[in-house]
Amino acid sequence: MIELENAAYSYGGGELISDMTLSISSGSFYFLTGPSGAGKTTLLKMCYGALVPTAGHVRLFGQDLRDMTRDDIAIARRRVGVVHQDCQFLDHLSVVDNVALPLSVAGQSGLADNANLKELLAWVGLSKRANAYPPELSGGERQRAALARAIIMSPDVILADEPTGNVDWEMSQRLLKLLVELNRMGKTVLIASHDLSLIRAAKSQVQARVLRIYNRRIQLAGADL
Amino acid sequence: MKIALGGITSLLAGDGHRDRVVPPTGFTATLTSFTSGAMAFLVVFAMALSFASARLADRWGDALAKSATLRISAPQAEIEIQLAAAMQVLNTTAGVKSATVISQEDQQKLLEPWFGPDVPLDMLPVPVLIDILETEDGFDPDGLRLRLAAEVPAAVLDDHSRWRRPLISAATRLSLLGWVSIILIVGASAAMITLAARAALAANAQVIAVLRLVGAQDTYIAAAFVRRFAARAFVGALVGMVLGAMAVLLLPSSAQQAGILTGLRFQGTDWLWLLVIPLFAAVVAFVATRLAALKVLGELS
Repeated sequence: MIELENAAYSYGGGELISDMTLSISSGSFYFLTGPSGAGKTTLLKMCYGALVPTAGHVRLFGQDLRDMTRDDIAIARRRVGVVHQDCQFLDHLSVVDNVALPLSVAGQSGLADNANLKELLAWVGLSKRANAYPPELSGGERQRAALARAIIMSPDVILADEPTGNVDWEMSQRLLKLLVELNRMGKTVLIASHDLSLIRAAKSQVQARVLRIYNRRIQLAGADL
Repeated sequence: MKIALGGITSLLAGDGHRDRVVPPTGFTATLTSFTSGAMAFLVVFAMALSFASARLADRWGDALAKSATLRISAPQAEIEIQLAAAMQVLNTTAGVKSATVISQEDQQKLLEPWFGPDVPLDMLPVPVLIDILETEDGFDPDGLRLRLAAEVPAAVLDDHSRWRRPLISAATRLSLLGWVSIILIVGASAAMITLAARAALAANAQVIAVLRLVGAQDTYIAAAFVRRFAARAFVGALVGMVLGAMAVLLLPSSAQQAGILTGLRFQGTDWLWLLVIPLFAAVVAFVATRLAALKVLGELS
């Protein structure tokens, strides 16, 4: 589904990540951990084509990023749901319009009013906030809205970058539960987080593999987690 | 071409959701509307000037083409002989349709604007004038001058071309200048709209980032900006065009005064050209914004 082969990324003369090889298979659940600045976000961005490796290869659904045009990457990205810590929205649009944005982008805006959208908002617990605007939402609500937007196209992969970074413990557990539920529906989930308690909580619910970025390289984390 | 047509189809069709992804406010909105309005106003005047000059050139050309004047300046004793000789030459010249001696009354009318109504023409050494009308093929002025020089030495042929050509040329160039002005105005509008579009794209970097995150292609993002700019340009140009047309209507009409200003108002079907201005402004905005957006989006990747 997503493969990295000796992938590296350099910026401003320095190498942010080096020689990473990884194969993310369908239906798996991964955590990506490591200290701040280790390169988790950089790796995640390569996984959805926002960054192209400066060395090695990244293959997204079998296609090498280097061989893909911007349009190819945009279309492939519709199969990847992304949730960021700062979860950016279009502040002048309501929550429901923001969540429906991927449908409009994919030329399916007619579906924006359908039952699935309402069902999805109910699933993430935002039915009553559907017509609110992003600046009016709390941190947890923003994360859930971002998750709803990420999965409205029923993507194959969900990438979440520190999804619980701005929310309290209770909300982080709620978000984790949603992500675990999505994985049980067959979605591949990759969460970048330095929150070890979240990882421990997840491991009790799902068979999650934990990857650690150490010294710009990736390694499978040991049993200490 | 296919892409351009696709873009125009998309522009006309629109997409409610896509149109709203760009925040509606911002100084670029005002700038685009104002620029288009001001440029449309100027285009109306440039068009008026161009049409008026073209009409003037046509009028001068039509009125004075196919006609000439023969002037005979001779002592009173010889004038009758010279006149008869001149008429003989003219009547036997190929291309001359008719030759008419201008009567004293008509000469009086011609001179009235300069000397007043009571000119004692018989006291003045006024030459005899013969009005010549040409056939469709016209006569050979050089050949006629040679014959007149031999047979009527006191006659001077004026085929009007000496002063008519520079006037027509000036009017034609003025008309051309009007169209060049329109091209320059369109170019300046395109440049201003391009700058406004680039500023809008820069100001909406977060919008672009979000759209890209959810898989938007460049054409989708560009279209969100293009449609909005085209609509603003259309409305701005429509207002500018109406104001320009009203200003042209306030110019003096031909019935009130004589001279070049008389023709500055649009006439007949010329008015229809004004309808093209807002549409053309929208197309210019569409092309300028689309090119700018695709370039900026390419640079952002």
